[in-house]
Amino acid sequence: MPAPAIFLGMKPDNLLYPAPKGLYCELGNFYIDPVQPVERALITHGHSDHARAGHGHVLATRETLDIMRLRYGDGFCGASAIARFGETIAINGVRVTFRPAGHVLGSAQICVEADGTRIVVSGDYKRRADPTCPPFEPIGCDVFITEATFGLPVFHHPDDEREIARLLMSLKQFPERAHVVGAYALGKAQRVIALLRRQGYDEPIHIHGALAKLCDYYQSQGIDLGDIRPATLGPASRQDFAGMIVIGPPAAFAERWARRFPDPLASFASGWMLIRQRAKQRGVELPLVISDHCDWAELTETIREVAPAEVWVTHGREEALVRWCELQGIPARPLHLVGYEDEGE
Amino acid sequence: MKTFAELLDRLVLTPQRNGKIRLLADYFRSTPDPSRGYALAAIAGTLSLNTVKPALIRDLLLERMDEVLFHYSYDYVGDLAETVSLAWEPPEGVAPADISLGEAVERLQRAGRSEVRSLVRDMLDRLDTSGRFALLKLVTGGLRIGASARLAKQALAEMGGKEVGEIETLWHGLAPPYLPLFLWLTGQAEMPVLKTPAVFHSVMLATPIGEGDLEGLNPADFAAEWKWDGIRVQLANVGGLRRLYSRSGDEISAAFPEIIEAADFSGVIDGELLVGGTMRSNRATATFADLQQRLNRKTVSRKLLEDYPAFVRGYDILFSGERDIRPEPFRVRREALSALIEAASPQHFDLSPLVAFSTWEELDRLRSDPPDPVIEGVMLKRLDSPYVAGRAKGPWFKWKRAPFNIDAVLMYAQRGHGKRSSYYSDFTFGVWTESEGVTSLVPVGKAYFGFTDAELEILDQFVRNNTVERFGPVRAVRAEPDAGFVVEVAFEGLNRSTRHKSGVAMRFPRIARLRPDKLPRDADRLETLQAMIGMKA
Repeated sequence: MPAPAIFLGMKPDNLLYPAPKGLYCELGNFYIDPVQPVERALITHGHSDHARAGHGHVLATRETLDIMRLRYGDGFCGASAIARFGETIAINGVRVTFRPAGHVLGSAQICVEADGTRIVVSGDYKRRADPTCPPFEPIGCDVFITEATFGLPVFHHPDDEREIARLLMSLKQFPERAHVVGAYALGKAQRVIALLRRQGYDEPIHIHGALAKLCDYYQSQGIDLGDIRPATLGPASRQDFAGMIVIGPPAAFAERWARRFPDPLASFASGWMLIRQRAKQRGVELPLVISDHCDWAELTETIREVAPAEVWVTHGREEALVRWCELQGIPARPLHLVGYEDEGE
Repeated sequence: MKTFAELLDRLVLTPQRNGKIRLLADYFRSTPDPSRGYALAAIAGTLSLNTVKPALIRDLLLERMDEVLFHYSYDYVGDLAETVSLAWEPPEGVAPADISLGEAVERLQRAGRSEVRSLVRDMLDRLDTSGRFALLKLVTGGLRIGASARLAKQALAEMGGKEVGEIETLWHGLAPPYLPLFLWLTGQAEMPVLKTPAVFHSVMLATPIGEGDLEGLNPADFAAEWKWDGIRVQLANVGGLRRLYSRSGDEISAAFPEIIEAADFSGVIDGELLVGGTMRSNRATATFADLQQRLNRKTVSRKLLEDYPAFVRGYDILFSGERDIRPEPFRVRREALSALIEAASPQHFDLSPLVAFSTWEELDRLRSDPPDPVIEGVMLKRLDSPYVAGRAKGPWFKWKRAPFNIDAVLMYAQRGHGKRSSYYSDFTFGVWTESEGVTSLVPVGKAYFGFTDAELEILDQFVRNNTVERFGPVRAVRAEPDAGFVVEVAFEGLNRSTRHKSGVAMRFPRIARLRPDKLPRDADRLETLQAMIGMKA
């Protein structure tokens, strides 16, 4: 076991600790990504397991607030304030700074400092270039709180471009089939569309109604997604969907909604698709390994780069990442936070 | 290896047969020799390599990886080749390179036993993840990717615009990496001429008797034979070369040494492989379940040979000596066959007897009540029919016994694949049984076809509105004496099974009809099924 780190300032456990409603800063009286309504919440990003409705006061990036408003309506919280990247805000003497996390549009890491101790709550993050959001910025700190969604040495996400090329190849091979791609409504769907456009695919892309608001929002933020059409209207007959790409939330393709497409070829864009059995169980014929989380190499490299005195692991495969930290001599422990989805993709 | 790895990935996940054929044909078209030939061999099971034990693969990974992390990973992934391919990290400074399948196979074939370990390690370092997976599947033997030799031959036929029969005829005269075969398929050379004469010839198949088919036919033009429930085979002795093939041209000689030894005639015959005794030795023919003890084996023990002796019941003859008599009419060939079998070992050969009849009604009665439990119907063969490969409609018909039918209650449903992925189309059904005074349903089978599209809509609707529990992808549906869904299930027969809770296993179950008019309490009971065990459909 590595020796416990020695802190000259405040003990990190006193600055932030896991409470039943989420990660709590007692000194500042705020929660980060609480899973139940609280008086004051700091939100890292707009995915529904991190950004919930009903808090008294919310501090988040402008995009995250916009996304929460789109999803929950105007009354999603009592009051809100915008956090700008790099700007430090004092809350009851605790200094708070938001920095890009590269996960989805608006996603942030939150750096919490008091009395000489700095903890970075990275939220969900990734290290790959994403045409739809600014990249992750590493911040040196005493404690780095990391997710471990793909925290097993088997996860090595391939290059996105290659995955998109496989989708385009399949369109050529099976031109009579509608290629239905399951993708999480916030972030993944828009990233898949943006990547397709980057590879020169300029046919109309049809989307499920559940994606419309968020795709429009991304377009309004200057992220060009090209010709997007609702999968309901557009083509006059079902045969017109042949050889077309249709994107929708993963669950939609198992529902009756999918019957409108000719001989649908099921695809799914997710980091989980790396595991063949996972793909097979879901009936996915064309798995696309495209993730908005870090793979194993990126998680471990980020920890090396950030070089924290201690690592806390929030959700995912905590035990393997903690084991790796131990092997590297970095003190680490799981936080056992509840309420975050294992399959956040 | 990249393209082969991509092919494997797609084959594993593509449920439809036609989709698989297209993927294979595209691969064969676009991949150079010799890689495509080795891929064909790997899929068809004709590739011989120094195989590597799974433990060695694990050791190779543990040279570089913490054992605890390995266990977390393996536990999560579940498949060793996949775990290793995903978790493998090449050392710094090793340049990635795509080793072609052909090169990988040839290096493995050249390597001595002691060199294999370092060779595999070196190739794992250079390949990407999918490439590593493909290599590991190749070296551990057994791809298990849902593609058979038969499917690969279909793909070759599609690729070259040939008949699959032509490929089957050539198949056993060729060896990996199949260069002359691909030259012919790509139009760069004539059909390969085999050094040994073509041994396997595509078999002639019958079409089922359909509604009204018999009306225009004259019984006097046809011979009738029993349809025996074994496996159709072709047995050849050509210039001393003895071979036994399955209907699709897979060689099964090694599993039936007694047949090979007894095949001391000259020619090629067509017949049914059965176990038990021949009619000439006055012993009973054993059931298909007994025959299964002898199938899919590379070698056979003396005990199996004694307990389940195999023989061939002759149906037809293709070559008499070296003479191709396929163009001759059935009645002429039958005489030649009869003479050949007369001279052959009585323990290993008998002649499929003809069934005398004068009207279709009479034959129908005979068909419904055959004299032997190993009969599954009758065959009708035009007396003037030549032996032609394939399944042409007209010269030969099969007229099976009506299958068994029971009424069962839907218990579980699972989503289908591909076109059916939005439907609950795989159904598990059960019948009533009583144990310790409590009557409950016990599952007796699973079926995913037999219904029409309109019936599927009804079944799907029922499943969605009556789900009582979910287990992952499976839904349990309401199934109580007075609420539930009854279906009529048709099947070919029942075997005893220790693997199923009900103790019975159905052969080819399908949903014959929906019975919304019946209540679950009216469905059949397990005792009814138990009484059917061993009966022939």
